[in-house]
Amino acid sequence: MQEFVDSLIASGAAPAAMPAWVHYLTAMLVFGGVVVFGFVLPIAGITTWVERRVMGRMQSRIGPNRVGPAGFLQWLADGLKNLLKEDIIPTASDAGLFKLAPYVVIMGFVATFAVLPFSGDLVIADMNVGILYVTSVTALVVVGILMAGWASNNKWSLLGGIRSAAQIVSYEIPAGLSIFPIVALTGTLSMQSIIAAQGPHPWQWFLFDNPFTLAAFLVFFVSALAEGNRTPFDLPEAESELVAGFATEYSGMRNLLFFMAEWGNLYVIGAIVTTLFLGGWQLPWALDGQPVLRNALQFGLFFTKAYFFVFLAIWLRWTLPRVRVDQMMTMCWKYLVPIALVNVLGTAVWMLVFPHGVPVVRWVLTAAAGAGLIAFFWRVRYHVRAAGYGRSQLSFNPLATTRVKW
Amino acid sequence: MGMGAYFRNIKDAVVTIADGMAVTLSHMVRKPTTIEYPDRLPDGVRVQDTLPFRYRGILEVDLEICTACLACERACPIDCIVIDAQKDKAAGGLVMTRFDIDMAKCMYCGLCSEPCPTGAIHHTPEFEGADYSLESLIRHYVKAPTVAYKPKKAGEDDPVIKPILDRGMRYIAEFAVVGGGGGDDSTSD
Repeated sequence: MQEFVDSLIASGAAPAAMPAWVHYLTAMLVFGGVVVFGFVLPIAGITTWVERRVMGRMQSRIGPNRVGPAGFLQWLADGLKNLLKEDIIPTASDAGLFKLAPYVVIMGFVATFAVLPFSGDLVIADMNVGILYVTSVTALVVVGILMAGWASNNKWSLLGGIRSAAQIVSYEIPAGLSIFPIVALTGTLSMQSIIAAQGPHPWQWFLFDNPFTLAAFLVFFVSALAEGNRTPFDLPEAESELVAGFATEYSGMRNLLFFMAEWGNLYVIGAIVTTLFLGGWQLPWALDGQPVLRNALQFGLFFTKAYFFVFLAIWLRWTLPRVRVDQMMTMCWKYLVPIALVNVLGTAVWMLVFPHGVPVVRWVLTAAAGAGLIAFFWRVRYHVRAAGYGRSQLSFNPLATTRVKW
Repeated sequence: MGMGAYFRNIKDAVVTIADGMAVTLSHMVRKPTTIEYPDRLPDGVRVQDTLPFRYRGILEVDLEICTACLACERACPIDCIVIDAQKDKAAGGLVMTRFDIDMAKCMYCGLCSEPCPTGAIHHTPEFEGADYSLESLIRHYVKAPTVAYKPKKAGEDDPVIKPILDRGMRYIAEFAVVGGGGGDDSTSD
């Protein structure tokens, strides 16, 4: 960022008479605005459409298909509807905190995009404390949710807020501990440097660096889901128990902000996982002479990897029922935290014993993951056949609307 | 909890979640079964025709085979059925002067069609019952005083009544199917 603005000043595109910090500030605001309105908000909105389409197909339905082609503009219609709705603030609520809470939540979510990389050169700020910054600003979300739960002056909201606090604070620990192995391997907290330390091929990813990073990846993904209040850990909302949890009293735009943060958080989870474990935007080709093409390809690759995890979260949501509160706590403290601690120690020992890594282990882990994927798809094939479905009743078109038969 | 149980728990969690995800993914590749009622149906298809035989839509009474036993009136939990019938020696049995069903009250529970001895009162696959007044939702099945049906020992031989009675008996018979029957399988997916 700074180099880019410096080059603009040097080339005369920006008036050199003003002090440099004005240019830096202007450039950051402009770029931040472009990212927030051009990427963050649409991605949160479009994810709602993706979720509803995927959910529909997983339940043998179609999903929204009326607004725009294949229902694609549904998210705009829903967003507009919510913006135009009455904004109700309960009389008995703590109005100031009640109004503030959604902004705190959305801030905790949007602020992560300051360090999330988009491609090799496209990143708002490549901070040297990148991943630490992400874990700390996402902690703002719990403040906002607790604030919403308290200010609503409603038992469901309060229960939701308290559950959320217990859940997010608990799962911060395995999530944070799962970042340790990667930080230890790279010796840096910067997102871009972590990606640069990996390679484009699966066996060069930190995911398959050693058995402990593979376990750390699983622990991190589960913890991130819990931190994002996603099913099976959607206890703070728990429709069947708490109406809508902390969001019960919210309507209109404020309600929309909560849900935008929830869906947008999916992409943030995907982007962090991609950065830490999946080699980020690493391309197999150098493409030194073509910065535009290189960055476009890197962005496409990074986005695809990150969005796969959004799909994975949606897929998990429509597979698993909600866990109970005690199960949620058991899973965190009895399983994820000890495993994460073992990962930290194991990676440290691994680095001590094999300072340059073990290529054979990388290949074996990659092959094992590949074999696991093949076994998984074999199982999917088994389930399709066990349900008595033939080729004519299948559709691999994600936008299919055809009924089986009339 | 021993160490064995601990690791078995982890293994079970991973394996069962993966299998659950395989099930949901297998659903994703199936064609959706949604019927886009009412505006995106294939040409010439009425949704009503695709519904099962025992679909619980709007009630219908076949007066030709109604025995005026009042079993349905007694079975109805919300009293939406009203039947008036008097003995009339000259006419040769019970004469029905009124058989009204208030479809505004009906909750489509099907309890009236279960005790019916001939299957005269039964649900149809029709479901488009919207109307502009509550009065017009009351269905009057008796237009003029009608003599109630009397079952014949030797079996029905009237060519007009026999198909109606056969249909009614089939409707009753499908109650008894273990697992609910569900009627014509050719229309269900």
